[in-house]
Amino acid sequence: MNINATLIGQSVAFFIFVLFCMKFVWPPVIAALHERQKKIADGLDAATRAARDLELAQDKAGQQLREAKAQAAEIIEQAKKRGTQIVDEAREQARVDADRIKAQAQAEIEQELNGVKDALRAQLGSLAVNGAEKILGATIDQNAHAELVNKLAAEI
Amino acid sequence: MAEQTASGYIQHHLQNLTFGHLPDGTWGFAHSAAEAKEMGFWAFHLDTLGWSVALGLIFVLIFRLAAKKATSGQPGALQNFVEVLIEFVDGSVKDSFHGRSAVIAPLALTIFVWVFLMNAVDLVPVDWIPQLAVMISGDHHIPFRAVSTTDPNATIGMALSVFALIIFYSIKVKGIGGFIGELTLHPFGSKNVFVQALLIPVNFLLEFVTLIAKPVSLALRLFGNMYAGELVFILIAVMFGSGLLWLSGLGVVLQWAWAVFHILIITLQAFIFMMLTIVYLSMAHEDNH
Repeated sequence: MNINATLIGQSVAFFIFVLFCMKFVWPPVIAALHERQKKIADGLDAATRAARDLELAQDKAGQQLREAKAQAAEIIEQAKKRGTQIVDEAREQARVDADRIKAQAQAEIEQELNGVKDALRAQLGSLAVNGAEKILGATIDQNAHAELVNKLAAEI
Repeated sequence: MAEQTASGYIQHHLQNLTFGHLPDGTWGFAHSAAEAKEMGFWAFHLDTLGWSVALGLIFVLIFRLAAKKATSGQPGALQNFVEVLIEFVDGSVKDSFHGRSAVIAPLALTIFVWVFLMNAVDLVPVDWIPQLAVMISGDHHIPFRAVSTTDPNATIGMALSVFALIIFYSIKVKGIGGFIGELTLHPFGSKNVFVQALLIPVNFLLEFVTLIAKPVSLALRLFGNMYAGELVFILIAVMFGSGLLWLSGLGVVLQWAWAVFHILIITLQAFIFMMLTIVYLSMAHEDNH
């Protein structure tokens, strides 16, 4: 129970341990602790941000989907309209073509008829003259009677 | 042991292994309490120093091991344990000390763990370590005390170290004038210079006692608690030496009960020593007068 130099020794040992602890124990452990705290805080931040990003992305995706649907509907509408238009146009074209072909055919028929009439007219003159020759039994001067024959032919 | 008287047994247990200047002029171990007393101040309690330094080394080496491998990733078991202690001490420091200091937290950790380890030796049955010392030295009468904190030298040594830090920080923060002012111009102050001069001795007396009370309370609280605890263990151990069966049986029960209670005491005393150190040092940092 004597007070002696032990207390000096104890003080020296105490200071050495405190210094060692201060230099080599405390800083690395506290640094690791703080770093981990920061990591966890960062992780939580990142998680919050990711959740918000996800929400935004979902919103965006939904909007895009709605837009795409609207576009598709518009395109279908347009296509339908266009289809009707094409059918109408084709019908019109067909009608015009048919009219044209009909008119052409009619003109050809007319022309043919006229030609046939002319030919008939020409043949009828000589036929009439031949007939009359045979009936009369005499040769009729073709030139003298040409004017008469032509008159007859024109009357046909 | 059987031929010893109870009081001799107790006295033997309360004697340190003292190394110092013998009356014949040489350095050596004291063989009796009277011889140890005669050595005066320049003597060393080798048991106290040996155990405290050994336990301090265990503390710094284990914590250094953990600190070296400290990672901010997933901590291992040792790092986890060290981190729990460090966070606990850091929290205690942050609660009481609002300045910034690189010293106080490591100081508090060292105090807490070191004092706890020194106190914890008290849980080892009182005869084991002295018997080990007897076996190693071969001397049947070698005195040996294993619990460093039951030696007032150890607690006073630590308390004086803390006291030196208190004075150092008081002067560092407030300046030498501020420190003297704190001791002399407070709690009684007056605008009148003459009255103030009269009040200075009163103030000094009050403040000086307050200041001196800090290391004294630190040292004696720890020493008193541990010394009393050890004494109870020794008295219980005397029951085993009585040779009476029922007294020995009672001793077993009491030993167990006191040891369980002592677990609380050793932790509490380590915590109180740490906490008071923090509070005293934070008071030294505060400049509110």
